[in-house]
Amino acid sequence: MEGESIYEIDSEDGVGADIISTVEFNHTGELLATGDKGGRVVIFQREPESKNEPYSQGEYNVYSTFQSHEPEFDYLKSLEIEEKINKIKWLPQQNAAHSLLSTNDKTIKLWKITERDKRPEGYNLKDEEGKLKDLSTVTSLQVPVLKPMDLMVEVTPRRIFANGHTYHVNSISVNSDCETYMSADDLRINLWHLAITDRSFNIVDIKPANMEDLTEVITASEFHPHHCNLFVYSSSKGSLRLCDMRASALCDKHSKLYEEPEDPSNRSFFSEIISSVSDVKFSHSGRYMLTRDYLTVKVWDLNMETKPVETYQVHDYLRSKLCSLYENDCIFDKFECAWNGSDSVIMTGAYNNFFRMFDRNTKRDVTLEASRESSKPRAILKPRRVCVGGKRRKDDISVDSLDFTKKILHTAWHPTENIIAIAATNNLYIFQDKVNSEMH
Amino acid sequence: MLRGRRRMEGALDAQSLISISLRKIHSSRTQRGGIKLHKNLLVSYVLRNARQLYLSERYAELYRRPPPPHAPYPPPAAPLAGPPELGPLPPGAEEQPPGPMPRGCGLPEPPVLLPPPHDPAPLELPGAPPQPPSPCRDSAPGFYRSGGCAYPALPGHCSGRTTVLDLDTHVVTTVENGYLAPDCCSQCPCCCPPAPGTKRKYYPGPGEEDDEDEDEPAAGGGAAAGVGVAPCPKRARFEELSPEPPPDASNISNLISIFGSGFTGLVSRQQADSEHGQLCSKQALASLGAWTRAIVAF
Repeated sequence: MEGESIYEIDSEDGVGADIISTVEFNHTGELLATGDKGGRVVIFQREPESKNEPYSQGEYNVYSTFQSHEPEFDYLKSLEIEEKINKIKWLPQQNAAHSLLSTNDKTIKLWKITERDKRPEGYNLKDEEGKLKDLSTVTSLQVPVLKPMDLMVEVTPRRIFANGHTYHVNSISVNSDCETYMSADDLRINLWHLAITDRSFNIVDIKPANMEDLTEVITASEFHPHHCNLFVYSSSKGSLRLCDMRASALCDKHSKLYEEPEDPSNRSFFSEIISSVSDVKFSHSGRYMLTRDYLTVKVWDLNMETKPVETYQVHDYLRSKLCSLYENDCIFDKFECAWNGSDSVIMTGAYNNFFRMFDRNTKRDVTLEASRESSKPRAILKPRRVCVGGKRRKDDISVDSLDFTKKILHTAWHPTENIIAIAATNNLYIFQDKVNSEMH
Repeated sequence: MLRGRRRMEGALDAQSLISISLRKIHSSRTQRGGIKLHKNLLVSYVLRNARQLYLSERYAELYRRPPPPHAPYPPPAAPLAGPPELGPLPPGAEEQPPGPMPRGCGLPEPPVLLPPPHDPAPLELPGAPPQPPSPCRDSAPGFYRSGGCAYPALPGHCSGRTTVLDLDTHVVTTVENGYLAPDCCSQCPCCCPPAPGTKRKYYPGPGEEDDEDEDEPAAGGGAAAGVGVAPCPKRARFEELSPEPPPDASNISNLISIFGSGFTGLVSRQQADSEHGQLCSKQALASLGAWTRAIVAF
């Protein structure tokens, strides 16, 4: 993989407002959206390929920046609602405009992104600056014509889906029918129509009658990429539930429950925490699901509920450090996971700005680092290694010198090409595999 | 004795985990964006696990002391809270007031040395968390909860007695567990049908009469439920501190009650409730006293 571009999201606000909180490619990969803790969305666009150099793919440049969410205050509950963007999902493009959904803890917004590269000139009553003309100077009638102008990207909020959630929204997912989408919070999942903001349907509700009986919460959810009636949601207990909306209006009863029995020899104080699923993603084929818990990524076959078909250790050397990771809150970090376009490679982030890729076919894995030193343009990324004692090679990092403040929680893979976007705190790294740019 | 020392280490780990977890829950109240339900749920699991281990350590110590007179429990008045798999009791069981035995303060689930943790959980109370874990350093043997919930001598109120069946020796002992009753209630709905309100009584301090309204009638039913056991001092105190009745925050106060007053009995020295027994806390636990005030006020 080659280093390609680094973007630093800067902000004038206080520390932390520019921490990237979500990254998402659109369906063609032409656009890449990032959301940050300050409620801002930055969209990058890929420059068209240069005809002169057929092997040089375009770079990503900033296309548009806008403030999606502002901090709010819930007066009834005396609670501040964070403006942090939890998730962005692109809608499939249906006309010249692009649309995306962005959400914070409570409110989902639909944004429309349009380009303007022409403007009308030659008005009869107004001059170039828009001031009214002195009518005595108007001697003839002219028809305004469209003249080219510098490209202007306009972003407008088209829908605001508010008041649907009591608890914190953790995921949104657009249905393959392109008409509906769902939003999930800790205890409920709602189904919305993209055009209707004053109504939503509750399709999953796991809130117990007595909150003292609460044992698990919803952690992530996603629609099936092809079957508009199917969706999956993951729980803090490490299970996945596949639900069919044809079965009943309220999908509290799952159609399939995917759960792996716990290994009793690994039992510890923190077993419940590390088994909580932080992300779930359908494969592009729709045949598999990918889940991430604290120490592993797992591939599940939709047809097999008893256990995952593949399990990959992301950083098992942390298993003996769970106590300290609990103390410094790192054990609650929610890592995301991603498939490549052909579902042959999976990727997830780790600490020390490391991210990991697992090739499902060759069973080989690699650890790479997102850092400024290794990411100069055209620089090749060098595989890294974490040593756990024993023989230590040069350039190995020991477990104890890992920087746990540098965590890669959010990663995204281009839908068709070997381009990845890695969010490391407030930096966005984009890497391209220029040698093998086609999917294999 | 190495085994004892490792047990001590296990108990100390549990104590520090408990205080760390309490600190997290306490600080989550002031976090921006409101209480995170997911994180606090996970913290409550750690608290439960740590508490289980700590209590098992304490009980093991108690167990090493001179054995108390056998005081098998009375025939159950209410539906069996314990699991049926325990089998018939020794004949001639009769109720005896707890004699000079040490008074346990936090022993709802007196642990019993049992086969390895991977056994299925017939001994677990419904609603109890799954197998107890080994601690960080994996030093203590796995302890199980036995089905030792008190059979209420008084209807609607746990008698404050826990019966322990040692599966190895088949010795049945009864342990005074005044602080336990509310925890019992929270774990065994059959013991105290109007359960949730009852436990509030055990929290010291003035109680206010107001019940808060949960966001849904169903959920509110659990707490305020036409029980007549109106005062919810804990929740009311929470309302004192933060002027809102948020469903999220009440979930957290409920989470605290899950690990129960037996837990506060552990950490508090101020709660010199003469009615109930109180195990002398270790020196180390004294440091948790400050957190008690935080939790009780929670």
